[in-house]
Amino acid sequence: MPVDKNAQSGISRSPLNFSWLVLMAWRDSRRSRSRLFLFISSIILGIAALVAIYSFEYNLRQDIDTQAKGLLGADMVIETNKPVKKDILPVLMTLGTERSEERTFASMVFFPKNQGTRLVNVRALKGGYPYYGSIETTPSSAGRSFRDAKEALVDKTLMLQFDSNVGDSVKVGELTFKIAGILNKAPGQTGFSASVAPVVYIPLRYLEQTGLSQKGSRINYNFYYRFDDNVNVDVLADKLEPRLEKAEMDAETVESRKEDTGRSFEDMTEFLALVGFVALLLGCIGVASAIHIYIKEKINTIAVLRCLGASSKQAFIIYLIQIVGIGMVGSLIGAVLGTLIQQFLPLVLKDFLPVEITVAISWAAIAQGLLLGLVISVLFALLPLVSVRNISPLNTLRLSFQETSLFKDPVKWLVYAIIVLFVFAFTYLQMGSIRKTIYFTGGVLFAFIVLSALAYAMMWLARKFFPSSWSYLWRQGFANLFRPNNQTLILVVSIGLGTAFICTLFFVQDILINRVTMSSSKNQPNMVLFDIQSEQRQAVSDLTKRMNLPIIQEVPIVNMRMTAIKGRDASSFKKDTTAWSAQRALEREYRVTYRDSLSDSEKIIDGKWSGNYSGSNAVSVSLEEGFAKRIDVKIGDKLTFNVQGAPLETVVGSIRKVDWNRIQTNFLLIFPKGVLEEAPQFHVLLTRVPSNEISANFQRVVVKNYPNISMIDLGLVLSVLDEILTKMGFVIRFMAAFSIITGLIVLIASVLISKYQRIRESVLLRTLGASRRQILVITALEYFFLGALAAGAGIILSLLASWGLAKFSFETNFSPEILPVLVLFTIISGLTVLIGLFNSRGILNKPPLEVLRSEV
Amino acid sequence: MDIILNIQNLTKTYQSGGNTLTVLNDISFELESGSTMSIVGPSGSGKTTLLGLCAGLDRSSSGMVELNHIKLNNLSEDQRAQVRNQHVGFIFQNFQLLPTLTAIENVMVPLELRGEKNIRSRAADLLDKVGLADRGHHYPSQLSGGEQQRVSLARAFSNSPKILFADEPTGNLDAETSEKVVKLIFDLNKEAGTTLVLVTHDLELAAKTQRILRVKGGSLISDELTTTETPDKINYAGR
Repeated sequence: MPVDKNAQSGISRSPLNFSWLVLMAWRDSRRSRSRLFLFISSIILGIAALVAIYSFEYNLRQDIDTQAKGLLGADMVIETNKPVKKDILPVLMTLGTERSEERTFASMVFFPKNQGTRLVNVRALKGGYPYYGSIETTPSSAGRSFRDAKEALVDKTLMLQFDSNVGDSVKVGELTFKIAGILNKAPGQTGFSASVAPVVYIPLRYLEQTGLSQKGSRINYNFYYRFDDNVNVDVLADKLEPRLEKAEMDAETVESRKEDTGRSFEDMTEFLALVGFVALLLGCIGVASAIHIYIKEKINTIAVLRCLGASSKQAFIIYLIQIVGIGMVGSLIGAVLGTLIQQFLPLVLKDFLPVEITVAISWAAIAQGLLLGLVISVLFALLPLVSVRNISPLNTLRLSFQETSLFKDPVKWLVYAIIVLFVFAFTYLQMGSIRKTIYFTGGVLFAFIVLSALAYAMMWLARKFFPSSWSYLWRQGFANLFRPNNQTLILVVSIGLGTAFICTLFFVQDILINRVTMSSSKNQPNMVLFDIQSEQRQAVSDLTKRMNLPIIQEVPIVNMRMTAIKGRDASSFKKDTTAWSAQRALEREYRVTYRDSLSDSEKIIDGKWSGNYSGSNAVSVSLEEGFAKRIDVKIGDKLTFNVQGAPLETVVGSIRKVDWNRIQTNFLLIFPKGVLEEAPQFHVLLTRVPSNEISANFQRVVVKNYPNISMIDLGLVLSVLDEILTKMGFVIRFMAAFSIITGLIVLIASVLISKYQRIRESVLLRTLGASRRQILVITALEYFFLGALAAGAGIILSLLASWGLAKFSFETNFSPEILPVLVLFTIISGLTVLIGLFNSRGILNKPPLEVLRSEV
Repeated sequence: MDIILNIQNLTKTYQSGGNTLTVLNDISFELESGSTMSIVGPSGSGKTTLLGLCAGLDRSSSGMVELNHIKLNNLSEDQRAQVRNQHVGFIFQNFQLLPTLTAIENVMVPLELRGEKNIRSRAADLLDKVGLADRGHHYPSQLSGGEQQRVSLARAFSNSPKILFADEPTGNLDAETSEKVVKLIFDLNKEAGTTLVLVTHDLELAAKTQRILRVKGGSLISDELTTTETPDKINYAGR
């Protein structure tokens, strides 16, 4: 029979009086409330960021729902990038109660007023589209009226660029149109897409006369339909699918567009939420470290309580209640702040959004933020809090607090495990992919481990190679890095992570810009002419030479589809769920070239290059390394192609390594000479123009003589890319700011806590006769060393991350710029010193005894 | 007479850098309920360790501690906390008041821990007895050392302990204040019939108790009765 030990020993158990524990938690916090608030303030911004993003996401989803019809402009769109087959035409022409037709393609346009040319997205439209929403123009009537005359709508960025006004003219192909209005927004268009490919609308009936609808031009065909309200458009789309698939066409409905749009923004909000989450995690590290120190200061109180008969559980709960309380307050403030910040997000993100964003308070987002803040602050605070259980009442007689080693206290391991599990679960909820979740959680863990390791290594090195010959003040400041109660670990992790964040963003932006600018360097082509028809090739080449421009490369391009890999066609791969790449490979269209030699950016790594087809064996083609790997083929494997109607059997003859970083035409597939010469094809010409004037002049002459030829000016691409990166960079920086400011708050909190740690020492030094200046120098040096260590560790981490990104993701060289890094390093170290000194001013300005009485 | 504290063969050792350090070595004695006793000895002799073990603040390496007939050796830390709450009062050299609680709240804590209700008036009475009726709402930092120790005294008696342990109760006080505090300790002790165990350097103070244990180098070197009025019988089981 079990024996009650308490009963046996004559001890009666006192009740675990919860209301008393709450009262005690309240009483105990009396002198620490502002400090507790400071601790928790580091999670406020993380919560604010998440609540802002979540609110934005909820509102966006709602706006997509309500504006979905306007996104598509119709009930259904049927689209293809190939000429419409005759047998599907009767279907296309009879669907819906109203229908419109549109062809879109890239082409040069010419502004006669100032002789400007630019590659644009031409949309030739017929019918009443859009049926929902409108083509927004100035004047507003132009969105409808242009269809009835030889008139065009021109995107507002183009109008500005070429200083054009309504009533001026624009030449599209061989036809000149009067500009009827400025195009402000087309259905589903974002500010972002307008700057990449500005749109010019023309009436469809004039397309033929522009001469741009020749065979070989890459035209997209869109058919827009409006249906009666009683028609279930999605069911109809499903019904049509087999016939459309046969005709190589796709149908899109309001519902599917809604899903697609929602999905693409899910990625964005997912990314932003993770950035916010990193800020929150960073704040939590701050909370854990602050509570650690707080508990250390409470050892005596806890020991007295234990002495008077409080159980370890009661002592633990008293402090847990405090944490829950401030966690709630912190989360609440974060949620309010997040709801305010949300007002600005649509401003920041408007260029990326196809819908008008409304700003409404999202209670779901606020609830999510509150819960998250509470759970995560308690989880991280638990790490130091579990030590409360082990504080002995013996501390009342003599202070001998020895921290329980992690290895000895299994509960601490449990808390660590729960934290990792929580981060994992939260990330999974955001991303919905185990693989991505593992990468993210692993990445965050790695960053924390690397930074902690750096901090420990620095402490070890500082101790090991202690500069004994330095002056007293320097030694004192330096020794504070590794003496008991040092802040090295927490500051290196928190400030380091913030620094790493900013630095990596900067480096990545630099890598991307460098990659493009590199190609605009000397001897590299900076202008590409494409869509040159075979009969124009010689003339264009002569024209280029006449204008004293070099012909750097001239390549023929044939469009084709792959119909079988190793004898297996698409239907055979469809059953095989593991052959996703092969399925994709059989769905897409290939632009291939033929030539008898390799370019200097290519190298054969397997098989044998054959540049000429002898006519006897199967045609031997050369594949790019990665492409061969994706579709899982080796030398000798068979590939079957459909070259615009004609089947063609080939065999993999060689595999090439290609340097994709060069601006030149590179190909996944290369045919030998002697096979494709007679196939329908167009040509690409690469040249280098030495200046903007010559570029403009050359474009003008080519567009005038050969309106079907499109030209890409790399200078323009660069400026567009720069614009995009600046906008994206702003969004990312906006979010990263949360991490950075959190880092600063953690810094302020840590420095404030260390003030409590150092106060006795500073007062003692003051008592022993240290001057104000001496204390100031010691403090400044300690914080300088800390700031420098933290910033240095962050920069090292970001160098590692950026190098990895450059090498493995962008496949380019990484040569970081030193000056901005030095500036960042100086700012972070300087800020740390300033905050440190600002917080210490109390000690410096008051008499020692007064400080001791009021602070301790 | 009833034995309130029974110590048998008590030994306390610490491991330090691979060496075993014996702080207390084979100490035995018994203490009658209601009596007063001091433990004296030079610094580092082990007297505070002995007090900690007797009061159940620490666990011995070997030997037995029986407090109010409860063997403390086999109890968990939380069970020992219960014993302290029900049977033990403490007075410390550095007062050990909770800095965030007012004087009256400090006195109330032991009773609150027991889950008792309507305790404010009892706490106020106790404060009145130590002469601090009007200082109940002051925080420890607003009180002088002597006042803090008087609050600590009120707290020690608040749970009507069977035994009171005092660790250098006058160590941080001036002579005049010390005298007042000592008088209060003995008066309250007499009134409540509590057993008192004092650890002190002050031989004059020790002489006011009925019995003096002398500790040196971790061992009990003498156990003497003083001329102070003694209870009927003193059990002595030491060396």
